[in-house]
Amino acid sequence: MAVKRSTRATDIGDDEADVPLQAVLLADSFAQQFRPITDERPKVLLPLVNVPMIDYTLEWLASAGVEEVFVFCCAHAKQVTSHLEHSRWTSQSNFTVTPIESRDCVSAGDALRVIDQRGVVRGDFILISGDTVSNMSLKEVLKEHQERRKKDKLAVMTMVYRRCKPHPLIYQTRLGSEQLLLVVDPSTKQLLHYDSLKEAGGRESTKQQTLARQVVLERSLLADRPAVQLCSDVQDCYIDICSPEVLLLFTDNFDYQHLRRDFVRGLLSDEILGNKIHTYEIIGDYAARIDNLRAYDVVSKDIIHRWTYPMVPDIRFASPETGIKIGRSNIYKEDGLVLAPTTIIGPSTVVGSGTSISDNTIIRNSVIGRGCTIGSNVVIEGSHIWNNVTICDNVQIRHAVVCDGVNLKARAIIQPGVVLSFKVVIGEDFTVPAYSKISLVLQRHEEENSDEELEYAEAASGVTGSSPSPLYDGMNGSQTDDGEETPQSPRWDPLQVGLGGAGYKWSTGQDDEWRHSVAPIPPEKIKEIVAREEEAELEDAARDMTTSSRKDNVEEQPEDDDDEDADEEDDSLFFDKEVEALFSRAVTGESSAENVVLEVNSLKLAYDRSFSDCAGAMFRALLNLAAQGPQTTSRELLQNTKQVLLQWGPLLRRFLKHQDDEMEVLLVFEEICTEDKKEYAPVFASVLQELYDKDVISEEAIIAWASEKQHGDEADKIFVKQCERFIQWLQEASEEDDEGGEEA
Amino acid sequence: MVATMPDVLPLVDDFCTKLNRRQVEGSLDTAKLALVLLRQVISAQRIPPNASAGVLIDAIKTVGVRMIAANPIELAVGNIVRRVLHIIREEDASLATTVVSGVTVAVDSDDEDNLDIREQASSHAVAAANRNVLRAPSLHNLLESNPSPVKADVTVASTGDSTDTKSRSGDKNSRSWKLKHNVIESINIMLNELQEYHLQVAEQALEHIHQNEVILTLGRSRTLLHFLLGAKKKRSFQVVVAEGSPRYQGHKLAKELTAEKLSTTLITDSAVFAMISRVNMVIVGAHAVMANGGVLAPVGLHMVALAAKRHAVPFVVLTGLHKLCPLYPHNPFTLLNDMKSPSEVLDFGELSDCLNGTTGGAESHVFNPTFDYIPPELVSLFITDTGGHNPSYVYRLVAEFYSPEDIVL
Repeated sequence: MAVKRSTRATDIGDDEADVPLQAVLLADSFAQQFRPITDERPKVLLPLVNVPMIDYTLEWLASAGVEEVFVFCCAHAKQVTSHLEHSRWTSQSNFTVTPIESRDCVSAGDALRVIDQRGVVRGDFILISGDTVSNMSLKEVLKEHQERRKKDKLAVMTMVYRRCKPHPLIYQTRLGSEQLLLVVDPSTKQLLHYDSLKEAGGRESTKQQTLARQVVLERSLLADRPAVQLCSDVQDCYIDICSPEVLLLFTDNFDYQHLRRDFVRGLLSDEILGNKIHTYEIIGDYAARIDNLRAYDVVSKDIIHRWTYPMVPDIRFASPETGIKIGRSNIYKEDGLVLAPTTIIGPSTVVGSGTSISDNTIIRNSVIGRGCTIGSNVVIEGSHIWNNVTICDNVQIRHAVVCDGVNLKARAIIQPGVVLSFKVVIGEDFTVPAYSKISLVLQRHEEENSDEELEYAEAASGVTGSSPSPLYDGMNGSQTDDGEETPQSPRWDPLQVGLGGAGYKWSTGQDDEWRHSVAPIPPEKIKEIVAREEEAELEDAARDMTTSSRKDNVEEQPEDDDDEDADEEDDSLFFDKEVEALFSRAVTGESSAENVVLEVNSLKLAYDRSFSDCAGAMFRALLNLAAQGPQTTSRELLQNTKQVLLQWGPLLRRFLKHQDDEMEVLLVFEEICTEDKKEYAPVFASVLQELYDKDVISEEAIIAWASEKQHGDEADKIFVKQCERFIQWLQEASEEDDEGGEEA
Repeated sequence: MVATMPDVLPLVDDFCTKLNRRQVEGSLDTAKLALVLLRQVISAQRIPPNASAGVLIDAIKTVGVRMIAANPIELAVGNIVRRVLHIIREEDASLATTVVSGVTVAVDSDDEDNLDIREQASSHAVAAANRNVLRAPSLHNLLESNPSPVKADVTVASTGDSTDTKSRSGDKNSRSWKLKHNVIESINIMLNELQEYHLQVAEQALEHIHQNEVILTLGRSRTLLHFLLGAKKKRSFQVVVAEGSPRYQGHKLAKELTAEKLSTTLITDSAVFAMISRVNMVIVGAHAVMANGGVLAPVGLHMVALAAKRHAVPFVVLTGLHKLCPLYPHNPFTLLNDMKSPSEVLDFGELSDCLNGTTGGAESHVFNPTFDYIPPELVSLFITDTGGHNPSYVYRLVAEFYSPEDIVL
């Protein structure tokens, strides 16, 4: 055995062979996404393609060379420990699973504090939650982590992430999590910034969301680094390689609750201790955490499509007693299955043993558990049917989760996104509306303090009436105590579950259920989001204009590091608008000319413009102002323009640092005449002369402009022709000057 | 049955877990490990006095079934289990005749000198004899219903063995101990053969590869590398290597061949048909050879075999005898393919936005099968460590190395 152990250690590249590789597995997600199911059974025991989630995690840890796993149980601790006792994990050599129970933890932070108190963790450990499916090799990441640790004791944690493109419109990954933004130093792989573009649905948050897409980075992050890498197409795998110091940090900072929100951000912002987090990107391997129902659905499909190889249904790692045969296009049939000849089993489907399916039933893209009875003419699509479910004739189920022991009476229709918890009965001809959740356990209405941390841990201790334990026994298939949970009392509302049904409907209180449900996102929702987004963007633009114009200080301008939105055209439009707004305030006397100069300068910095851009925008504003005055003929217009130029010419002059700037003004003028304000077209020459007279524009600029236009096509030359005489005069004058100069 | 050998049980568990997790792969490695494990099982198994080989056979069967179930696609495990069973049966049968001949020896023990010589017979001689028992049953034997009247030369060896045993093991139950001893000896020989089979195959290279020929292959196999290098000693020829997507083992082979100064050309799998007309012979490795002469080989080889057939290029398969599987490919309980993770074909991140049906659209799927089944009519020749064979001769090989009663475990 000693020999074995040492070979194991070399397997994983561990230098200190005497310290076994340890892992801390949190068998409680401290989240409520899976309620009401999790009120009766802990999330880690929910079947994922007919195998409890925790078995995927444990199998991965075992095959990756982890020798000691501490399973931290909180909610439904009894169920978790009894599952572990009866599993094969206890009998494996070189792999020990030790449950740690604690009843009063409400967050991952608490859990880690308890583990620290126990003092069981001796070296580097892997921190993972019990709902992670992965097949990645830990060898390399451990090696990197340990090498870093040798050089730098402050590198306390290595975070694993994976590339995953988020949805371009709704900003969530396929796993239903929010888009994430990581800022990483590409040379050291150190994590500098961790931000999730959080959103909660509804109009308000959409605005915030757009806001959040502008990321503010501390200047110090950029100061001494040649480069930083911003990744917005990544997915956090929630697999962390931690040093023992991490536990100490949790103990020291008793307010750390959430692993990412509190701990990671706390560590990143804390510059005194200087602890560092590093990142590791997995390429090729699979890793995903199931933290909502969409992730549950997506990961199920990935397992069926074998991305998680060798953790696929036909390789029985957890319960090798029955075989599963894989057919073409990923159809998995377990032994001991009764199928009617007319049954159609579509692609990407798993059917468990002991299930019988009658005539003309169609099953596609679904997972059917063990011991189910499915009637004839049933349609099941994209759904997750767990064990011992009874489905009568002509039932239709699309994109739903149906838990153990559910009974669907004839002709019931289950619409997309529905969750039917344990032993719910749906009456005949009843249609369960989309996204509803039904459970035998009554929803407790004390969620006003809907703090995310008060998880089902509390929910579990709170549930006493409807007795979750007999339900759990039912899942084991040992005995079903009918007397207890199908009382004939009329406490079930037929409007919720149909006649003869059983169950309470849970109100979710959120209208963005579609984001995290098992059902595909309806296209109209996406359209809605896009429309909302556009609206919000416009509002944003307006708001930006006012807020930034109020700013008096250059330093206060946010550094706009968000490169993805750098839309040049929009920017220049905003810039022009803002300059105009500034200018109009100066005209109305709200601010002095001096302030205008200052603010235009700051805008110039903010939008990264040149002086010529400023001058152009300024000139545009000038002409707009002139055109606003009372005018009917071009003569009056010219008069107005002259006045405006007289008053504001000097201001404009301040932005004309160079001949090119002056030319830019002329070009803008041309543009205005041809596009926005056609009324200026006839007086072009006169205005030009006025500009010359007022010393706004020098003769060199005009001549240069004219000569440049010489080579343009006819359309471009309209204004040059109009000013031909003026230009000629200018040229002659300058020649004379030159000659005079020479003579002198 | 397994309960009687608690010492090896953890080892069996460990091996099964490794198989299940696909941590042991490749038929040679698997075969070696399985054989070593079975040897341990046999040596740990206590055989009650005067019991027949049945106990041993049952023990091997129990362990074997578990190992096969742990990774049914690794057919080498099943092959090794069946061959060990065959060895036990053969040894048992030869022992039965030895007892008879032992008696005869005891009766007319005038031939003292002869006996001495027999006693000195090294284990090598015994091994050779055993090998003869295993290797070359005459057609006459095969046709006979009972496996066994063993010929004179075997009797000699066995007698030597029996006396040897007597001198060493005093009070031990001689017959069962002898059986065990003989079986382990045979297994050791088999292990040696496994370790050296590719050298034996390589020795035949000169007979098949001629000067200035162009050889095409796909992917990489160790046997193939040795074979080509064996031919290189005396001949100069060209090798065209198809890369063998998606594992691209061909790249590695091309590097290795170039390092040995063999003229090598690397092509994509899709260019095979374009190249085949210039090729004199296709030589490939295999994952398993089925009882009908069909071959399980890395994916892409069926295509190569068809191309070779089209241009009448000989398609030669190099294989060790541990890859010879007594099952038929149309057996519904035989798993002929393994679908690996699609990530070898395509990086997950690349496709992650169109992989999900979350937006209601159709999903794109990626498949990654590991093996191709090549029907026997496309194979021209098998080169094994015992020489070249036609696909139609494979059933004879199967009959030689496996007992019919073990084919269904």
